[in-house]
Amino acid sequence: MSADGASPDGRAHGAGADDGRWVGRSIRAVEHRRHLTGTGAFVDDLQRPGLRHLAFVRSPHPAARIADIDTDEARATPGVEAVLTAHDLGDTAPLIPALARDDFVPVEMPLLARDRVRHAGEPVAMVVAATPHAAEDGAERVRVTYEEETAVASLEAALADDAPAVHDEAPGNVLLDARHADDDVEPDFEGAAAVVEATFRTGRVTAVPMEGRACLAEWDRREDRAILYTSTQVPHIVRTAVAGILKLPERRLRVIAPDVGGGFGQKCVVAREEALTLIAARAVGRPVKWVEDRQENLTAGFQGHDQRYDVRAAFDEQGRLLAIDADIVCDVGAYSNHPFTCGVEPLMAAAELFNAYRGSRYRARGRAVATHRPPMAPYRGVSRPQIVLVVERLLQKAARELDLDPVEIRRRNLIPDDAFPYATPSGLTIDPGSYREALDRCAAALGYEALRERQRAEREAGRLMGIGFACFAERTGYGSQVFSQRKMTMTPGYETAWVRMDPSAGVTVAIGTSGHGQQHRTTLAQIAADELGLDPGRIEVIQGDTDATPYGWGTFASRSTVVGGGSTKLAAIRLAERLKRIGAHMLEAAPEDLELRGGRVVVRGAPGHEVALEDVARLAHLEVHRLPEDIEPGLDAHASFDPPGTFSNATHGAVVRLDPETGAVTIERYVVVEDCGVMINPAVVEGQVRGGVAQGIAAALYEEVVHADDGQPQTTNLMDYLVPTAREIPAVEIEHLETPSAFSETGAKGMGEGGTMGAPACIATAVADAVAHLGIEIDALPITPEWLLQALEAARPAQRGAA
Amino acid sequence: MKPAPFDYHRVDTVEDALERLGELGDDAKVLAGGQSLVPMMNFRIVRPPALVDITRVPDLKYVARDDGTLRIGALALHREIEHADDDLLGGFGVLKAAAPLVGHFPIRARGTFGGSVAHGDPASEWCMLTMLLDGEIVARGPDGERVIPAADFFLGFFTTALEPGEILTEVRLADPPDGAAIEEFARRHGDFAIVAAAAAVDVEDGACTRARVVVGGVDEVPLRVEAAEEVLAGSDLGAEAIEEAAQAAARAVEPGSDIHGSAEYRKKLTAVLLRRALTRAVGR
Repeated sequence: MSADGASPDGRAHGAGADDGRWVGRSIRAVEHRRHLTGTGAFVDDLQRPGLRHLAFVRSPHPAARIADIDTDEARATPGVEAVLTAHDLGDTAPLIPALARDDFVPVEMPLLARDRVRHAGEPVAMVVAATPHAAEDGAERVRVTYEEETAVASLEAALADDAPAVHDEAPGNVLLDARHADDDVEPDFEGAAAVVEATFRTGRVTAVPMEGRACLAEWDRREDRAILYTSTQVPHIVRTAVAGILKLPERRLRVIAPDVGGGFGQKCVVAREEALTLIAARAVGRPVKWVEDRQENLTAGFQGHDQRYDVRAAFDEQGRLLAIDADIVCDVGAYSNHPFTCGVEPLMAAAELFNAYRGSRYRARGRAVATHRPPMAPYRGVSRPQIVLVVERLLQKAARELDLDPVEIRRRNLIPDDAFPYATPSGLTIDPGSYREALDRCAAALGYEALRERQRAEREAGRLMGIGFACFAERTGYGSQVFSQRKMTMTPGYETAWVRMDPSAGVTVAIGTSGHGQQHRTTLAQIAADELGLDPGRIEVIQGDTDATPYGWGTFASRSTVVGGGSTKLAAIRLAERLKRIGAHMLEAAPEDLELRGGRVVVRGAPGHEVALEDVARLAHLEVHRLPEDIEPGLDAHASFDPPGTFSNATHGAVVRLDPETGAVTIERYVVVEDCGVMINPAVVEGQVRGGVAQGIAAALYEEVVHADDGQPQTTNLMDYLVPTAREIPAVEIEHLETPSAFSETGAKGMGEGGTMGAPACIATAVADAVAHLGIEIDALPITPEWLLQALEAARPAQRGAA
Repeated sequence: MKPAPFDYHRVDTVEDALERLGELGDDAKVLAGGQSLVPMMNFRIVRPPALVDITRVPDLKYVARDDGTLRIGALALHREIEHADDDLLGGFGVLKAAAPLVGHFPIRARGTFGGSVAHGDPASEWCMLTMLLDGEIVARGPDGERVIPAADFFLGFFTTALEPGEILTEVRLADPPDGAAIEEFARRHGDFAIVAAAAAVDVEDGACTRARVVVGGVDEVPLRVEAAEEVLAGSDLGAEAIEEAAQAAARAVEPGSDIHGSAEYRKKLTAVLLRRALTRAVGR
């Protein structure tokens, strides 16, 4: 048995921690063995007799009319069995993501493009063949005649007066125009000691999950049902949506998420290809598999974070933030995603802009702008990496103008400990957290005072070093009340857990969350284990199968530990109650005197007076004639949980060094002080922090989806889309604080997106800190070496040639 | 992506390889480590109708010394250079220093020195160093063996003097320099360099008797920059001379632009990297 109490097969055995509790322990994840020994089952691992393979013909043009599609040569390709276009899909319902808002323009996302294409990579036809190679051979031979049109490939182009319309329904290309808040901010600006005004830009990025999107569809003739295996974060949402598109009763579609190699939001929306793979399977009467390659994922997959903020902020002489006036524009690409729609980025940005800081008045406008680029999906953090960047930079600029220390100005503005629950100017209510303490601890961990000293010395020697921070509140685990405010066509938020014990006292937890790297099978078992007095190794968590789990929403928005964990805990408590009632009958004791511990029902304070859970379970299933009449057979419990939400917080701090000759940025240290309430499994939390920080650093310094002015994708492979390697990411030092949540049953808060939220701002403020004395502002991401070198040379020509 | 259809042949000797290539025609390609060729096939950028796999030919895998000449067999792995004996390499230690820059660990475990040189990427370390060190490329074809000086070997992007039906069998380096170094700039570890600069100098009595400078990433071939070499020849190889040579190189090169670097940025990098390479080469 290993030191952490986990046996070699990953299952925990034994009595657990000293206090018998499993929550809070870093037990080895159940998922690891499978994933680390290559015995996982991802969609591409699935084989079926007679399996066929699907390849898509995708538009090379960002904007064009389709004049003709000639499939003759493709059909004649060896190995090709079928070639389908939009006219061959049968009777389908249109996919029109919508919000019930007057300021929202719904547009249809066609499955296969019919008469026009709106982004390079849009699927136009599909080819079914005996092998993936033959499918690709066939796809090459589909002859599409396009009439190219002028493409709008940027926010500026889309908003220009004479811009072509991506959709006829939205002349001017605005799909959402929301005035979130409209306080009278002018008096704050007039009376301000400092007014900071700037335009911030973050480049478009894409999630790059290790496994791209993939589907395997089969029609079960015996059962007259369809089964769709798909690499998704949201199996029930996919089932409801795809059944609707195919006009299939929902009970006749089963959606299964097998092992999923990452999603990060790219897979929490419905993909056209999910419906199309089912249609292809139906057309050829065989199971059909589609596995996208990296080029498809990078060029045609959902993308995000392409935003511009024109912001003014007013500060008093103490550096306190008075008001923010923001005009937020998001390039959401050619279509809305389902179910969150293209409104999710601008609405979230406008709703959460103040983030962890106090302020009084707020005016904000958020717009979703269509362009001839792939559509947006809520990529990890959604708009929060952007708003954190904006607010951190505003504070940093104000600090400079008012001659305040950058840490001090944050301290003065962070929500203080006595202000909770705190109502933000943008309309959120933030529950207790450790905002100031996290900042102080982070600064201390970096050795802030000594760093400032060192920076002075380095600057005199002509070397550029910078210190950056990002403080933020992460909104997590919110339920249907909050989602209902968004006015989606379906309101996510709750989760239901079925917790059941079998005759051998083994437990299953079936739940609608859908892990894809978060180790839910481990953490949810830990939560249930504490309520049932069982070792987590005896608890099986079942997710990702719409036949085997209650209706639920999947995993996104940092919700699963709070909402899934809460419902799991409540259901486990109910099962525990049943076990105690039966145990009370067996032990002739009162249920309130009983405890579940070590796999037994014990009478508190009476050692030896106990019964094994196996005996209780046996009675409940197999010998029900011995149960009292008022106890039903079986050991099933279920519970739903629909919380208001809870905010975790963190402070990130970094030290960077700039090479003044090449413009390269090296991260010397990276510190995270985070508070996600009660940690179910600290190792899992730390994994999430590191992964999120890596993606955030990527957005700050490396990654950008680039389209040329004519809409042609420029970053179509991993040589050009710069995902940083492990060598570029520093060791992340992590410290934990714990402010239990009052809203989650377990005291836990979500935290999965925090890393991506803080890192871009942290790196940007660090680089800005390194060059502020040269008058260089860092207001756009990613920061490339070439740009930085140019800025350095423009600011100080004498810099060139220095050591 | 999946490659376009192709036939696969494997041979055990160079003779068989030549015979097979002769039969298959001009479009057949030799497969060694496959670290450059196979990705290009998977992207369908190249579509050879046939591959001749020479990885099992035993007599092409060596790194050997014949008096002062270093002979690198075509199938010597990048990793073998990386871990080669210092005594074996002698004055060509710059190869060992450069090896960690070649791709990533797994690439170095399969990719070959000869494959890299035959591929002819102007920013690749082995092409640059072969050029820098006045290497000779030995090729065998249907008409026998010939020796091609590096200066005549690299003709353009991924284009070398190898004729269809010929196989690169060895790279020879004679006359090691007194000091040599290579410096490169890439966005990530393991990437192809955006710009790389390599320098080799010979010194006698404190003066530079010969200087060779090659810059990669600025032209279709690894580029000898005579303008820089002229500044250095006869100089004391001090900081001023080095700086002047670096600036001369920056002025002389005419790089293209792409999303990883504009022409102007590559010129700046040329100066910076050449200065650093010369400083290290002289320091030895």
